[in-house]
Parts: sequence; C-alpha cells; structure tokens
Amino acid sequence: MDITLPILILSIPLFMFLLLGLLGMKMSHKLAGTLGTLGMGTVLVLSYITAFTYFFSGSPQFISAAGERLQAVIFNQTWLQFSDTLVIKLGFLLDPISAMMLVVIPTISFMVHLYSLGYMRDHHGVYEHGFQRFYAFLSLFSFSMLGLVVATNIFQMYIFWELVGASSYLLIGFYYKKPSAVSASKKAFIVTRFADLGFLIGILVLSYYTGTFDFMSLTSVPVDGMADVYHVSENTAVAVKGIFQSSAAPMFMGASVMTWALVLIFMGGMGKSAMMPLHIWLPDAMEGPTPVSALIHAATMVVAGVYLVARLFPLYLMEEAALNIIVVVGALTAFYAAMVACTQIDIKRVLAFSTISQIAFMMVSLGVARPEFHHGIGYMAGMFHLFTHAMFKALLFLCAGALIHAIGSNDYTAMHGLRKYMPITHITFLIGCLAIAGIIPFAGFFSKDEILTACFGHSIVWYVWMSVVAGLTAFYMFRLYYLIFWWKEHHVHEGHHAPHDQPMTMTLPLIILAAVSCVAGFVPFGNLVTWNGKPMYDSMGFFTNLQHLDWSVAAISLAVAIIAIAIATVMYRKENPLPDKMANMFPRLWDWCYHRFYWDELYMFITHKIIFGCISRPIAWFDRHIIDGTMDSLATITNKASYAIRGLQSGKVQMYVWIYLAGALLLGAITAICLM
Amino acid sequence: MDYSQFLVMKQEIGLLAVFLLVFLFDTFMPRGRQGAVGMVGCILFAIFTAFGFCPSFTCGVTDAFSGMYNSSAAVVNIKNILNIGALIVMIQALRWADQEMTRIRRGEFYELLLVTLFGMYLMISARHFLLFVIGLETASLPLAAMVAFDKHRYESREAAVKYVLTAVFSSAIFLMGLSFVYGLAGTLYFDGIALALWGEGVNTLLIVALAFVIAGIGFKLSLVPFHLWTADVYQGAPTPVTSYLSVISKGAAAFAFLVILWQAFGQVYSQAWEWMLYALIILTITVGNLFAMRQRNIKRFLAFSSISQAGYIVLGVIAMNPMGMSALMYYVLVYIFSNLAAFGVIGAIENNSGKLWIDDYKGLYKTNPRLAFTMMLAMFSLAGIPPFAGFFSKFFIFTSAINQGSIAIYVLVLIALINTIISLYYYLLVVKAMFISQDDCVIPNFRSACSERLALWVCVAGIIFLGIVSCVYNHLLQVAA
Repeated sequence: MDITLPILILSIPLFMFLLLGLLGMKMSHKLAGTLGTLGMGTVLVLSYITAFTYFFSGSPQFISAAGERLQAVIFNQTWLQFSDTLVIKLGFLLDPISAMMLVVIPTISFMVHLYSLGYMRDHHGVYEHGFQRFYAFLSLFSFSMLGLVVATNIFQMYIFWELVGASSYLLIGFYYKKPSAVSASKKAFIVTRFADLGFLIGILVLSYYTGTFDFMSLTSVPVDGMADVYHVSENTAVAVKGIFQSSAAPMFMGASVMTWALVLIFMGGMGKSAMMPLHIWLPDAMEGPTPVSALIHAATMVVAGVYLVARLFPLYLMEEAALNIIVVVGALTAFYAAMVACTQIDIKRVLAFSTISQIAFMMVSLGVARPEFHHGIGYMAGMFHLFTHAMFKALLFLCAGALIHAIGSNDYTAMHGLRKYMPITHITFLIGCLAIAGIIPFAGFFSKDEILTACFGHSIVWYVWMSVVAGLTAFYMFRLYYLIFWWKEHHVHEGHHAPHDQPMTMTLPLIILAAVSCVAGFVPFGNLVTWNGKPMYDSMGFFTNLQHLDWSVAAISLAVAIIAIAIATVMYRKENPLPDKMANMFPRLWDWCYHRFYWDELYMFITHKIIFGCISRPIAWFDRHIIDGTMDSLATITNKASYAIRGLQSGKVQMYVWIYLAGALLLGAITAICLM
Repeated sequence: MDYSQFLVMKQEIGLLAVFLLVFLFDTFMPRGRQGAVGMVGCILFAIFTAFGFCPSFTCGVTDAFSGMYNSSAAVVNIKNILNIGALIVMIQALRWADQEMTRIRRGEFYELLLVTLFGMYLMISARHFLLFVIGLETASLPLAAMVAFDKHRYESREAAVKYVLTAVFSSAIFLMGLSFVYGLAGTLYFDGIALALWGEGVNTLLIVALAFVIAGIGFKLSLVPFHLWTADVYQGAPTPVTSYLSVISKGAAAFAFLVILWQAFGQVYSQAWEWMLYALIILTITVGNLFAMRQRNIKRFLAFSSISQAGYIVLGVIAMNPMGMSALMYYVLVYIFSNLAAFGVIGAIENNSGKLWIDDYKGLYKTNPRLAFTMMLAMFSLAGIPPFAGFFSKFFIFTSAINQGSIAIYVLVLIALINTIISLYYYLLVVKAMFISQDDCVIPNFRSACSERLALWVCVAGIIFLGIVSCVYNHLLQVAA
C-alpha cells in the first residue's frame, strides 16, 4: 500500500493543531471551526479508504492465500537509534484492530467536530471563549489517538499514549476558570499518569527480556506456526518464545517476569480505561465540554486500555494468570459501575459510570477469550463491543449534550418531560438506550451477547455475573431515559424560551450515530476482526454473523434486559413513591452506591493522611534541609571558586603566554609521571 | 604529475572560485555598486553550499597528492556543516558590514572569511602535517585582520594584537611539537606516524611532543589553559567575527583534532593522550563555567560559555569510536545553530542600540518578544534542555563517551553532567534578565534587518527541528561508520 494515505491521516490533524493553535486567535471563530471540521472530514474519508482497502482489497499484503488477515507495516521509520538492538521506530501498522480503529476514531471525531460547531455557542449564537483553542485541542487529540492505534511498536504507542493523556488533560480543563474543571483535569492526569508508571515499567521489563519493542515480533510468539503467519525474523520469535516457555524464566516475587510485565502493562490500561481502582478520574472528567466527553471519555481514549490488551493479546494468552487478573478486575468494575450508575442524578455521571461498566465488559471479554472456544470469540466480541459501544455511547453523550445545552443544567431533575419539546433528541436517545440495553436488533445486542457467549464458554460464574450486570445496564439506562423524557415537567416553559431541538450541526450527528447504532450489529465482525486473522466463517454475508450468536444465551439475556426495562418502567415511568421505598429498604446499599462506594474519600484518606503525612512530610524536610543545604553549599563553593580564579584572566598577554607554556609543560610532565 | 587529482578537491576549488568571484566583483565594480558585494558573496556562497549536498561530492577517489590530502564522506559532511554556519554568519554580517565606518572595506570581510574557511578545509582534509600547518596558518592569520576589522574601536585593535601574539606563540609551540614528532617517526604523514609508533613504547619525548601538538590545536579550540586569549578577543572583535570564531573556527579545529589524534596517534591512545584529554576536558568545562558565571558583558559571557562547550566537543574525540565522530559532528552542527542564534540576537541589539551588557537585556521580552524568545531558545539549547537540539547533541556525545567504557570515562561524564547543571544557572540568568527582571531603561522596540531575521529564523528552525528530526544524526552516524 502506498504510504501517502497513512502519512496524510496522521499529518492532517497535526497540521490542524499547529495551524489552529498558532494562528487560531487571528482567525474568526467560524473559520477556525470550519477548518478543523473540514480537516477531520478529510481524515475521515482517507481512513475509510484505508480501512476499506485493508479489509476488502484482497491484496496479498493484507490477506494471505489461506484467507488470513495479515499485519502490514506500511512504513516504519527509525526515529532514535541508541544501539544496534535498541531502536525506537515510528511507523504505521495496519491489522484488523487498527483498521477498525481507523473507522471508529475519525467517525466519532468528525461527529464531535461537527456537533461542537453548534454546541460551543450559546443561544444567541455567541461563540464560547477559546473556541479556536478547543478545535486545536480536538485536532491534537485526534492526531494522538490515531498515532496510538497505528503504532508499530510499544514505545511509539507509549509516546502517543502520553499525548492522548495530555490532550485529555487540556480538554477536561478547557473551562480553566472553573475550579472544579481544573481539579478534575489534574485528577485525570495524575491518576492516569500514575497508571502509566506501571505501563512504562512493564514496557521496560518486557523489552529487556524480549529484546524488542516491535509488536510484530512480540505478538508472533505464542502458538507454533504463528511466526509463519506474521512475517518476522525467526531469531526474535525464537528469543521471545524462549523467554516465555523455558522453565528457567526469570522469576520475581513468585511470578515470572513476563507475568509481571504484562500485569504492569495492564495497569497502564486500567488507568486509561478507568478500571477499578483507578476509575476515579473518569466521573470527574465530565467537567469538560460534553462533546469532549463523547469523544475522549466514552468512545476513543478510554478504550485505549482495551486496545492495548488486544494488541498484546497473543502475549497475554501465554500468561493465564494475567488474563485471570483482567477478568476479575473487569467483572468487579462492571458490577460496581453499574450499581453506582443506578443512583446518580447527574446525567453525565450516569453515562460516565455506564462507560466504565461497558469498558469493563470489553476487558472481561478479552480476559475470557481462549483460542479453544469458538476460535477465540471473546477477542472478537470485545473488539465488536468496542466498535458498537463507541457509536451508541457517543450518541448518548451527544444527546446529553443537546439536553444540557437546551436546559443549562446537568441535573435530570431540571429536565423531566422533555419528549414533547425535543423529539429528535428523544428518539435518538431512546435508540441509544435500546442499543446499550441489548435489545434486538440494535448494535449492543449482538456485541453484548457475543461477550456473554464467550463468558459462558469460559465459566458459568462469570456468565451469570455479567448477565446480572447487563440487566443492571438496561435498568439504569431506562431509569435515566424516563426521568429525562417522561415525568411531568416542573417548570412551565413559555413561548420562545421553551427547550427545543438544537440546530442542524448538532442534530445531524445524533441522527447519523443513531442510524449507525441501529445497523452496526450486522457488520460481519467475525470475518473481519479475529485474534489470529483467520476469519470465522467462509462467507462475508451480512447475516452470517448471526451464526456465532448462541441463541439460547441470547434469549436469556434478551429476557433479562426486557425484565430490567420493565422494572424501570414500573418504577420511573411516572412520578411515584416506589424508588424512595426501594432506597429506604436498603438504606446502606443505596447510600454506598450514591457515594460511589466512597472511593474518592478512600483516595483522599490515603493520599492526604498516609502518603502526605507519613511519607511526603519527612521527605520534604529532608529535601529542604539536607539536599537544599548541600546544594546551597555547593553553589557557594562554586561561587567562591569562580571568584578565586578570576585573576587568571588578567588581560596581559605576557601572562597569557606564560600560562600557556606552563600548561603545555605541565600536561606533558603529569602524563609522563603518571606513566612512569 | 596527475592533474586529475585536483578533482578530488572539488570543495576547495569551489570555495576558491567563490572567493575569486567575490574578489573580482569587489575590485572591479564601480564605487556605486560595490554595496552589493556582501549580497553577491552570500548568494554565491549559498549556491556553493547547496552544491556541497550533491551526492557526487562524496563518491570517487578520496586520496590525492600521495596521501597528503583526503576527502571522505565524513570530511565532506563536516565541510558542509561548516558551510552552513559560515553562510549564516555571512548573512548576519550584512547589516554590520554596511555600517558607516566599515562600509568602504566591507568586501574584505567576505574575502577574508572565505580564505579562512579555505584554510579550515585544508586542516580538515590534511593527512600530512605540512599541509595541516599551511591550513592552520591560512585559517589563523586572516582572522587577526577580521578581529581588527572595526579598527576605529580601541577594543578591536587590542583584541587583534592579543590574538596575533598568542597565535604566533601557539604556532611556535605546535611546530616545536611537530619537530619532535618528526624526530621520532621520521615522517609527517599521519599514517606514517601511526606506523612508526606501532609497537613502540612511549617515551618522554613523545609525550612532550604530544603535549605541544595538543596545546597548539587546543589554542584554536580554546581549551583551558590555552584559552586565555578567548575572552579578550571575543569581547573586542566585531560581533560577526566573534560568532565566526566561536563556531566555525572551533568546529573545524575540533574535527581536525579528532583526525590527528585518531589517525596519527591512535596507537598511543591509552598510554599518552587519553589522560591529557581527561585533564583538559575537566579543566575546560569547569573553568569555562566558573568564569561564565561572573560575566556581565554578554559577548564575554558567550566566550566563556563557548570555552566550556569546547570541552564537551572534545568528549567526542576521547570516545575513540565512530559514534564519537558522528556525535562530534552533530554537536558542532547543533552548536552552530544555537550559538549563532545567540550571536544573531546580540548583533541585532548591538546594531540598533549598541548595548552589550546582560543587565541591558532586562525587560527585553516586553519590547522585543521575538528576539527574547529566540535568545531563550538559544540559551535552552546551549544548556541542553529537551526537546531542543542541544539536549540531543549533549546526549549523543555523552553516550559515545560512555560507550568507550572505562571507569575513568564514567567519572569524566559525571563531572561533565554536573557542569551542565552549573551552566544551566548562568544560561538561565540571561533568560531571567529578559523575561522576569524589570528595568527602567529597556531596549526600545525595533525592527531588525531582513538579513538578520532570515538568519535567526534559520537558527530557530535548526534548534527546534534538529533534535526531533532524527534522520540528521542517523545520517551522520552512517557517514562516520
């Protein structure tokens, strides 16, 4: 494949960032927004072409004679060469999951660019302060995210990983005059950065023992014969394999270093993907503008952790322990977040916890994937859910943005009964809810049921557990839906002040995403994205993917979802005392859920009381007195020395010549004496 | 004699042609049109520089005149690097050469500069000490005339006298060292000397000879304790000449230093000159830093900063591996951009307000934000703050030294690292003066000349991109290997 398209895909957003960042203030708001949106639109087209070429062109570069999809390195430029083996490259890798992400990221990003044209203005059409900056940051984020998914090696991924973290920080803190936004952005940055520390150590351990950063070499390892599928140097493959399979693999604290490396890398993924206990930043990140929440904190950046695990999946397959950790973390997080989502009153928080829960679904799906069961259906299902979730969750967030824009508050108690006033938002939101609840034939039904099938194949415990979470999902989404759109409105909306559907730039993305959420489930994912590139079925027909639904599982989960929706309908369809009764029945549970199980308080206690009090204070004292003291005296000595030798530079040439001669002779003499 | 050998000297011949054209233009143009001589020189030299990057310059025969002259890929590269620097200096000097007092002889500045560059070419390409000495003198003597270019100024004259006297003395020492070498080896060819030293032990005469040779080149590199002329000359000389002295002259000398020590005396590396260089590097970096801290005159300040930078450059020589050579070339390249950016700002300010003290720069950010910003980039790059080019050049030169692998070199690198922290202090003093300090008589806002701005833009681009765009260093690494 020609390298023009990949280069353009990466360079257009970067160029837009530089252009809008440097010259944005000199442009009109409208021009800046249009430029950013057009740039993203171009990227959208180019990435679609690239992804389409990858999946359907049948070129031998992308698909082997046996029909396996290959990893294709479009280009791989050496960026920094430390030694013969330690090389950092920057490149562009096309394989099923990166091609899939090339569809997801530009789609959502473009929708958000378009949507923000309307969202970032008030009702009188006045643009928000920093509008150009907003678009510059959006472009920076898109660039970073695209660079992350096409990384050819783990170090490139790490670079872009940090870049998305930075752009997320900038966008959460977009309203930098609002203290809560500032502290939320700091919180997000610190928590994810802390997790990235684990990621970095994991990278170093992994590359130290395998001798490579390269994904192609790393992931070609585990299963015999795979080296033939991925064309990598035999030597590396053998070396990596040796590390994993030799019984003498280095151990550390009772686990092999590879387990450690993979768990540490997963820690980075936990931070970005908001897995418990590193999830605390995501609900607060909702302080950013809502389109940002849709793009970064629902559809793209937060799934980077899932993507990371999927990228290194063949390695994780080698380490059962690491996969089990992923399953446990994912399952606990999914349940926890779903419970919390049932009690929140801020609609963006509900959606944030729902996001955490859904990402945990993907993690569980990867964790339970085994090649033995249905060709590793868990992997495919996780990626499928990533795809569908990106669409319907972005839809839900953008709907929430439209509501907030119309009402001016995040609180659903201020909304109630909006279905009459905002019909388009109402319908699209309902579609989003049906999709996430897993009602046939909306997108979420297919992907979620495949996850449940994969869980079923792994262990009945996780299957039941995740089905309960799926039921909770349907329940809290419909609770939210009824509370916003039904009930009796409290305020009398009069005349032109009544809330109404938003302008075209905002409703169009809603309609598009809603349409996608309706049909995305019929994408034959099993033929496109599998863990080893082998398609699951022979034909590419749109309905073949229904084959890998286990209909008994599907029927059960559909029943669960419908029951949950029914309960939600009974409780929240109209204003009634049932919810309060329920809350009073389990006061402790409700309280814990409402306060998010006191995680934030726990963190506050640990950081303030334990870390600050017992560790930081003594270190600060040591720093201030011992280290600073040493430095101060060093500086004093340097200063004195500098003062003492100033006479050397007398300005007299005679003196210069003498010193010159003395220097030359001394040099010789000292060397001669040393060698004697 | 085979005259086709001259074809190996493509770059020298090209440079001579540029020189002759400028000279002819200057001599025969009628009075009224002579003003264009600087521009003509710059354009011709720019064309010549561009030709240097043609691949045809690197291929073909590399030795000429029975091995006295050598041109390899690395040699062509370092010459190209020097060309870039010289071009920037020439562009920066356009405005200055046009001033009232020097206007009448502005052509001479360009002619002298080209001649010195020619001398440096010979220094770099020489594989025989005779040719090297000719190059050294060709590069040194016209410089004295350049230093005295502002002869209406007392400091300029004084600086030139000091420069001539010390240069002559250092040449004498250098030649004395050479005569010892000749006595020992019976030849002045680099490879001949290496052959003669093969298997021989080290005796006192050789050590003294080496000490004198190193002192002679150390003078050009201004290594401590052969540096004493530097501050006075840098301060007194016109600013473009100072910048030329501090980067081009130093870069050429550094590369020649490396070639001589590796090719002629590589055999006695560990016995003789390794320890001399250790001592020189530590002294140079430390003393340069200690003096730089105290300076109040910005040119004098940069003189000492350039002394300590020379210490880092020599780290590449001591590495004794191809990476050392590439790191040295890269360091010189980056140093050219960083230092010329600093001198460009100084020159622009001097031309407009005549101010040369660090205290004068207080509040510069308020009145001339772009100049202040450029100066800040230059200081950051010189101090080695990432992601600017200076960080990478220091990084690579330390890496190359570490690769050499002895305990002593670890200690050396550690000392050098500590010194970078000290240097951070005084570089940031300048930044602090510009951005934080307040002053009543700030340099008023002015618009610098087109030529000055062009040169500064090039330097800023170099500082920002040379580090991030890795292919430059990778190319140098290939060339050196």
